[in-house]
Amino acid sequence: MSTFFDWQIFFKDTGAGQTYLQWLLNAWAWTLLVSICAWIIALILGVSVGIIRTLQNQFIVFLGNAWAEVFRNIPLIIQIFIWYHVIPSLFITLRHVPSFILVVVALGLFTSARISEQVKAGIESLPKGQRQAAMALGFSNFQTYRYILLPLAFRIILPPLTSESMNIIKNSSVAFAVSVSELTMFALQAGEETSRNIEIFLATTCLYFVSTLFVNQLSQFLERRVKIPGTFGGDK
Amino acid sequence: MNLDFSFFTSAVIKSFIFKGLIFSFQLTAVAMIGGMILGTFLALMRLSNKYYLSLPSSFYVNTLRSIPLVMVILWFYLLIPLILKRPIGAELSAFITFTFFQAAYYSEIMRAGILSVSKRQMAAGQALGLTYRQCMSYVVLPQAFRNMLPLFMTQTIILFQDTSLVYAIGAYDLLKGFEIAGRNFNRPVEMYLIAAFLYFVICFSLSKFTKLIHQKIKIIH
Amino acid sequence: MIQINNVSKWYDKFQVLNNCSTVINKGEVVVICGPSGSGKSTLIKTVNALEDFQQGDIIVNGISLSQKGIDLPKLRSRVGMVFQNFELFPHLNISENLVLAQIKVLKRQKTEALERGLKMLNRVGLSTHKNKFPGQLSGGQQQRVAIARALCMDPIIMLFDEPTSALDPEMVGEVLDVIVSLAEEGMTMMCVTHEMGFAKKVSHRVIFMDHGAIIEDLKSADFFGNNKKISPRATEFLSKIIQH
Repeated sequence: MSTFFDWQIFFKDTGAGQTYLQWLLNAWAWTLLVSICAWIIALILGVSVGIIRTLQNQFIVFLGNAWAEVFRNIPLIIQIFIWYHVIPSLFITLRHVPSFILVVVALGLFTSARISEQVKAGIESLPKGQRQAAMALGFSNFQTYRYILLPLAFRIILPPLTSESMNIIKNSSVAFAVSVSELTMFALQAGEETSRNIEIFLATTCLYFVSTLFVNQLSQFLERRVKIPGTFGGDK
Repeated sequence: MNLDFSFFTSAVIKSFIFKGLIFSFQLTAVAMIGGMILGTFLALMRLSNKYYLSLPSSFYVNTLRSIPLVMVILWFYLLIPLILKRPIGAELSAFITFTFFQAAYYSEIMRAGILSVSKRQMAAGQALGLTYRQCMSYVVLPQAFRNMLPLFMTQTIILFQDTSLVYAIGAYDLLKGFEIAGRNFNRPVEMYLIAAFLYFVICFSLSKFTKLIHQKIKIIH
Repeated sequence: MIQINNVSKWYDKFQVLNNCSTVINKGEVVVICGPSGSGKSTLIKTVNALEDFQQGDIIVNGISLSQKGIDLPKLRSRVGMVFQNFELFPHLNISENLVLAQIKVLKRQKTEALERGLKMLNRVGLSTHKNKFPGQLSGGQQQRVAIARALCMDPIIMLFDEPTSALDPEMVGEVLDVIVSLAEEGMTMMCVTHEMGFAKKVSHRVIFMDHGAIIEDLKSADFFGNNKKISPRATEFLSKIIQH
């Protein structure tokens, strides 16, 4: 067995003054950093665009829909290439922006389209009477969203948001294509350097596993906290 | 820098793009059909009350769904040659990987679809003397599939987009075609833009088509 | 034809059937009534083994349901069942609903099955709807198709589980008429229902259940008669139901 698995590899020096274990953990940190930053962008933009798409103004709705369609229908890897190769060559001032930021923006916008879709669906799934009841009480459009529609929709979209936040961790792996030194990049490079692909891949896969599992547990905890008694799966 | 698309002629399309496009479509079709068949079996196993069927299925599905596709592509490309004891090409590896990977996603959709058909339908079938297998194949699965058709199509659009990730093992797909052409004519920027546009047109039309079907189904119900 | 002997059933610790026994003879029409949650539906579903039981035995046409390895599909194909919510198969049109089990279970030829199906459809007065889908029919029509579907299998007995309780009031009559005509032809039937007028009209016998047990098992005339043969519990139930 020891000839098949050689875990000692992680304590070897990479030649750059750190062990492979340190490099692995470093890569994990990059994966999490890319994911968290992209997640913040995606959440802010996704919720905004999602709300915009449920308003009455047709022009604004069209813009919101266009946003969602563009960022949803182009593969992530191509969007990353566009941010990395195309945009800096068209706008010279962006030439020195580090690839980390470009990837975060790409992943953030890509995910924002998907989140906007869920926010829109969540708001539209609410009974029509809710909006009318709020209006009848004299709430403004903004107040209707702020106090009635969004708090209700939030609980409905929490489960799909969970799977989006797990997706963002998984999708951050595509950053390897522009050499951000995250987990997948580590797996490719360290695997090549050491020829110990299986050990390296196992460790990398485990860390992805742990990360997505953590997000999953976190949001299950959150879901339990915000249940409304008597509705949406809450207690009677 | 000025954009210049003049080099993008039909000859370029024929010699670089077409080959990749065919591969991406083939990969999507094979993974879709294979994934649905395998996924249906996984869903049935997972819903079984026999733990030796449900446990392996849920392990398989949950594992594949928690790992990035890029890692899965790399894993299969590493492991298949080890198991077969001979090298296989990136293209063949992609076909196998995507089928097994998609099966995990389709199985979750199929499982939700089966659960969406009321248990009373199963009872009605059984009351007529249909066996479990007959009830599943003539009563429950057709309804499950129909209820989930929009989700299946959405998943297939995602699958088509995901085929671009064979970049990781260097298979010649649509994206690769654009990349090689871009390198040959030293016009990578234009090529990425055209690639984005083409993927957009394909996926956008497919998703409009999905919406159309969704509305048709709504009317029937 | 059907013997139910001391049948008991539990969901975990909750007892849903308590030592139920009765016999249904050929040609007999038996109505089962009782408050909701009294186990009526569960009892009727044990007869074609859609619900299992832990104690006692049920013998259908000489076959004991408690023994292992019996051919359930074969048994069920001879016991017709009509459900509260119709349970037509929504993805199949009416003809396809009628022939599916005939072809797959009874192994009939397609033409034969279709002929039989259309005959039964004609019988419930719906032959013009043969190419429609269940969703395009009213509740009453769907239930009549469901009865036709069960009849296609040449059942030796028909089980009805509250066949009219999911229907709008104006549609109850058309379904009951079909059941009455079946009764008049001598079909053996067990019917769970709250329609007491109907029960009085067609049934030979009435079983009253409460808390999973059979409280009354009387001739129809005795159950509905004024001679106080029934328990206070059943009297109370009857008075509640008849008030409405």
